[in-house]
Amino acid sequence: MSDLINASLKELSAALAQKRVSAVELATLFLDRIEQLNAALNAFVTVDREKTLAMARAADASGKVGASDTPLAGIPLAHKDIFCTEGWRTTCGSKMLANFVSPYDATVVERFKAAGMVTLGKLNMDEFAMGSSNETSFFGPVKNPWDTTRVPGGSSGGSAAAVAARLAPAATGTDTGGSIRQPAALCGLSGLKPTYGVVSRYGMIAFASSLDQGGPMAKSAEDCALLLNAMAGFDSRDSTSLERPAEDYARDLDKPLDGLRIGLPREFFGAGMDADVRAAVEAALAEYRKLGATTVEVSLPNSGLSVAAYYVIAPAEASSNLSRFDGVRYGYRAPDYADLNDMYAKSRAQGFGEEVKRRILIGTYVLSHGYYDAYYLQAQKVRRLIADDFAAAFRQCDVIMGPTAPSVAFRFGEKGADPVQMYLSDIYTIAVNLAGLPGMSIPCGFGAADMPVGLQIVGPWFAEAKMLNVAHRYQQATDWHAQMPAGL
Amino acid sequence: MSLTLDDVRRIARLARLDVSAAEAEKTRDQLNGILSFIEQLQSVDTTGIEPMAHAVDVVQRLRPDAVAEADRRDAFQAVAPETEAGLYLVPKVIE
Repeated sequence: MSDLINASLKELSAALAQKRVSAVELATLFLDRIEQLNAALNAFVTVDREKTLAMARAADASGKVGASDTPLAGIPLAHKDIFCTEGWRTTCGSKMLANFVSPYDATVVERFKAAGMVTLGKLNMDEFAMGSSNETSFFGPVKNPWDTTRVPGGSSGGSAAAVAARLAPAATGTDTGGSIRQPAALCGLSGLKPTYGVVSRYGMIAFASSLDQGGPMAKSAEDCALLLNAMAGFDSRDSTSLERPAEDYARDLDKPLDGLRIGLPREFFGAGMDADVRAAVEAALAEYRKLGATTVEVSLPNSGLSVAAYYVIAPAEASSNLSRFDGVRYGYRAPDYADLNDMYAKSRAQGFGEEVKRRILIGTYVLSHGYYDAYYLQAQKVRRLIADDFAAAFRQCDVIMGPTAPSVAFRFGEKGADPVQMYLSDIYTIAVNLAGLPGMSIPCGFGAADMPVGLQIVGPWFAEAKMLNVAHRYQQATDWHAQMPAGL
Repeated sequence: MSLTLDDVRRIARLARLDVSAAEAEKTRDQLNGILSFIEQLQSVDTTGIEPMAHAVDVVQRLRPDAVAEADRRDAFQAVAPETEAGLYLVPKVIE
């Protein structure tokens, strides 16, 4: 039974289909681990054993377990607390929503329910997904299971820590500037941010609407493919959801990699990367050459501007999105105020944390009269240049590879004083969001202090199946993805 | 250019965020740090470049003007700080 904590989703699916384990037993196994280990990691903000077991009982009775169109039925899954889940508290890591019990399900949650998956609980995150270390959560930081004095990354840090510590077989995450890939890298997981528009944003609390995209975080590329099959699809309730034919993202997993052309952007292999990260990434590239791939140097000349463009565009969109938190329809309301405007200003000042307020103020400023053209419009033009660079690079290669993050997981407080230092943790991931491309991180070794290193794989628009193939073949040849933190 | 304390107070008012006198200076310094970082965008020549508002070119979808959602007012108002008879309550706006 306890070996099931390391099982792949395919293995769990088979165990359920063969009645070697029931959905209730599987849910209980993980609920017990959460009870035992969550206090040390702070990965979950909400656990509700009764609700989870009720879902598991329903899955056992549903006839979905073992059916070919619902291969994930009966398997537990935990959601980043940015996804609205009906009847569950949905906090987005904020005091603003600390008591918000969602009256509806996000489309992603609804789709996983329809697939028969069992909700294990809600996962901690940086407040409103604004952060790269999980230190901005109102509920306290998540600890990295590989070393609890270090950050798990962010903003999907709870998702990464929970799966790395085997408190959940898989989790959902969201990625606006690297929030799936960077924590996946720092915790030794596989995580995929799909092409913008592939996964519905309905019920996923908005941060920067033109960049936000949900995706799976799991122990392997194969698991990510199965999860994406359930997660992706057109949704009329998301105005930027794409109408495309359904895809089986696992269809190409086993294809050989002979002739694969890997582009290596010279800007991703410059001075910014730590030596231990570079060594692990270089070793992964050597492995890919053994698997039949060739590498070619490409250039993304404007990618150095991506963090700056992002910190105009994302705060601008956030300041607009977060104006809905006004203390009237839901969320926190200040206890004392003089009038309506004072109620808004006090509720928002008390309900939001420091980083969220900083970004709202920056966003308000760059959108304000007289500054819009200089900042917001200019950033959108630079965004076009960045996206065009990728389009040009993909004429020379099938996928792009590089580091996911410039260093292994850093210690708590290490990047505390200067917000810009923290922003630079996402230097390799942000350009991908600006371009709307699919991006992945997979474990490719260990660096300083035996902490995991992530390899980033970026594909052309809608190349998820190809990227998953590229990741899966590497995971067939190596076992970095199967490593688990000691002592858990 | 860098922001003054008056600028910070003006932006905070636009954003409906109470910034106390004690926080204002620290906020000003941090915002100026971020603004000086994003200043690098100004030196990029973007003549003739079309701004990119979205990652994928999409056109606004339209749907028939028909009721698509069920009435769930009670459920949605259950999470509001203060309601009465189906209405959201706020401090008096008009004397």
